[in-house]
Amino acid sequence: MKSLLSGNEAVARGAWEAGCRVATAYPGTPSTEIIENITKYKEISAEWSINEKVAMEIAAGASFTGARALAAMKHVGLNVAADPFFTMGYSGVTGGLVVVSADDPGMWSSQNEQDNRHYGRHAKVPILEPADSSEAKEFTKLGFEISERFDTPVLLRLTTRICHSSCLVDLEKRKESKVKGYVKDIKKRLVLPAHARALHLVVEERLKRIAEYSEVFPFNKIEWGKMTVGIITSGVAYQYAKEVFPDASILKLSLTHPIPKKLIGKFARKVRKIIVVEEGDPILETEIKAMGIKVSGKDKIPLCGELTPQVLRMSFVKKRVASKGWVDIPARPPVLCPGCPHRGVFYIFNKLKLVTSGDIGCYTLGALPPLSAMDTCVCMGASVTNAQGMEKALGKEFSKKLVAVLGDSTFFHSGITGLVNAVYNKGHLNLVILDNFTTAMTGHQPHPGTGRLAAGGPGKRVAPEDIARGCGVEMVKVVNPNDLRATESALREAIAFEGVAVLIFRRPCALLVKPRLPYWIDPEQCNGCRLCLRIGCPAISLTSSSKRDKPLAVVDESLCVGCGLCVQLCQRNAIIVTKEQDA
Amino acid sequence: MRKQKKTAGIRNIVICGVGGQGIILASDVLCHAAFLSGYDVKKSEVHGMAQRGGSVITHVRFGKKVHSPLIEQGSCHYMLAFEKLEALRYADYLGKDSEIIVDDREIPPMSVLIGDAEYPVDIEKKLRKFGALHPIEATNIAVELGNLRVVNIVLLGVLSNFLGLKEKCWRDAIRQNVKERFVELNINAFKRGRELAG
Repeated sequence: MKSLLSGNEAVARGAWEAGCRVATAYPGTPSTEIIENITKYKEISAEWSINEKVAMEIAAGASFTGARALAAMKHVGLNVAADPFFTMGYSGVTGGLVVVSADDPGMWSSQNEQDNRHYGRHAKVPILEPADSSEAKEFTKLGFEISERFDTPVLLRLTTRICHSSCLVDLEKRKESKVKGYVKDIKKRLVLPAHARALHLVVEERLKRIAEYSEVFPFNKIEWGKMTVGIITSGVAYQYAKEVFPDASILKLSLTHPIPKKLIGKFARKVRKIIVVEEGDPILETEIKAMGIKVSGKDKIPLCGELTPQVLRMSFVKKRVASKGWVDIPARPPVLCPGCPHRGVFYIFNKLKLVTSGDIGCYTLGALPPLSAMDTCVCMGASVTNAQGMEKALGKEFSKKLVAVLGDSTFFHSGITGLVNAVYNKGHLNLVILDNFTTAMTGHQPHPGTGRLAAGGPGKRVAPEDIARGCGVEMVKVVNPNDLRATESALREAIAFEGVAVLIFRRPCALLVKPRLPYWIDPEQCNGCRLCLRIGCPAISLTSSSKRDKPLAVVDESLCVGCGLCVQLCQRNAIIVTKEQDA
Repeated sequence: MRKQKKTAGIRNIVICGVGGQGIILASDVLCHAAFLSGYDVKKSEVHGMAQRGGSVITHVRFGKKVHSPLIEQGSCHYMLAFEKLEALRYADYLGKDSEIIVDDREIPPMSVLIGDAEYPVDIEKKLRKFGALHPIEATNIAVELGNLRVVNIVLLGVLSNFLGLKEKCWRDAIRQNVKERFVELNINAFKRGRELAG
């Protein structure tokens, strides 16, 4: 039976078919739907772990017992999980261990476009690169087999275009894998120096054996065409090469670390010139050049940004007129939704002219005009600690105009360690946790603060205020962010407080609650002062009608969810509910 | 309206609009309809940060054998735009005689809302350079049907006239992709769109 699956759905299906028992992840675009889909299979114990390091270590622990396990994450998540990942490279596996890294060329939803094929090389583990959903499923299954056969974790490297593209996939049955059970083996799993020295030798020996396997791996294959141009490619770039060079001979690499040198040499001898078509860094290109083979690649294909058929065509075939569209049209960046509970908090940050040490989530959009209330955004959890660094360098007085802000899910991911650090080191930290009861940006996954589990059932709730009090924070307050006056006074209080203060602004994500009745702006009362526009609500705009040359404001009823934030700003009571509000 | 153009080869469809308009659902239904009609199908879309009220584009390609999930600029045969400015933004993808179906709706981006930029004028005129323009008042139809969220399926109904896929495939595709209690509403929305272009 065939089904239309995205790359992420295909990985989930592949894990199930391969008899995988344990799957873990922290949500992150473009990888999120892998675990979301795995939770549909009751044979797999799946969870949202609080961060990628935790996810990796749990999958590793499952592998210790002989169970097949998978950990999935976005590319920057592998930075968080790098520590256990590298050591698992030495330790090897018992049950097959597949680590999925979903890279984001073009940075659709990320802070960098790091190429995680470097990680596989760095940790000395094999890399599989599928070129569509069908291969994503197949390679997930092969990943478990290779992992067990060579006693190594396998890195399944996806990219946004693999994760979020769909194609037809053959569905097969699940093949149960037997869990061998735990057998003590300290030389393998107790990775201290004496054991690690021996393990490093094993790792190098293992890589040689995998290199031999790479030569005969059925998905490292040549599709002969004309001999004038030979393309060496991998991943989604293969599809683009097929579009742009339909007649060329193609060597499609799928097990891309270690590379099959003999196969590459054989291909190179047959074709007149070679082009390496790869997205991201010149990784295959560098290794092939090191074999003494002359190739073209990143001298033509851009290093930055996503590779597309258009980019590839412009690199080699013809220079097209760059654009027939219009470049001078207004951009439409993502915005905080109407009714978003983060909006009021950022409005007050802006009003108080605070330096805002920011973080990663929907609320990063608070950086955009007109709220314009975020100064930094480095990585998950860095809001808490970047703020401490600024205070350390500039002194306690600076902390009076400094606030660190992060979401509830991000707090659990990696904000807690920074908070403990601030308490211990006697910092003056004003920490704001935007608690909307969900991991909103990646599509509403639960986390410890929600008390719900990945598959939907109840878990045990962990409240951020309990964590803050538990680690010795003396000022902890829970505030309603849709009450602007309460928000402002809580912030002023936190700033005046000597030491670490934690404010939890708690209100559910606007997308998870039933909208209230929309508001309406009375044109008789509105004087066009534009105060209501300062909160950057997509539901409020200016009309063509005006008073004394000042256009009046209007609420789009189809967008307004009745949060009432604008009502608190209007000095003329012009914003009212049209009908009686029930609640 | 002209029907069933470009039946040979691969058909490229761009669906664009503003995050939250149901673009992904529309592309899912389209893909399933093509799949049920026996074609090879590929689709590419964006998730995450890019969806929050931002500009969104989804690529759908179907035919005998499809390689790239992405459409090349200048080679899109059909555009389904849920908002006028977004149609213009992705006009680069259009060929010379594309069919351009646009919801006759303006959603000003934040820069326009706060008075920092102007919403472009003459969008229709500019789009007509790329082929036949079909402005559709889909929002009105959705209001008549009692649910604003079915704008996407109304527009898909209009598009269906150009693709030559069987109506049964469309209906089955809708059934597979929407919650049971919304199936009838969506099938009605689809029919209304399909009739528009009749």
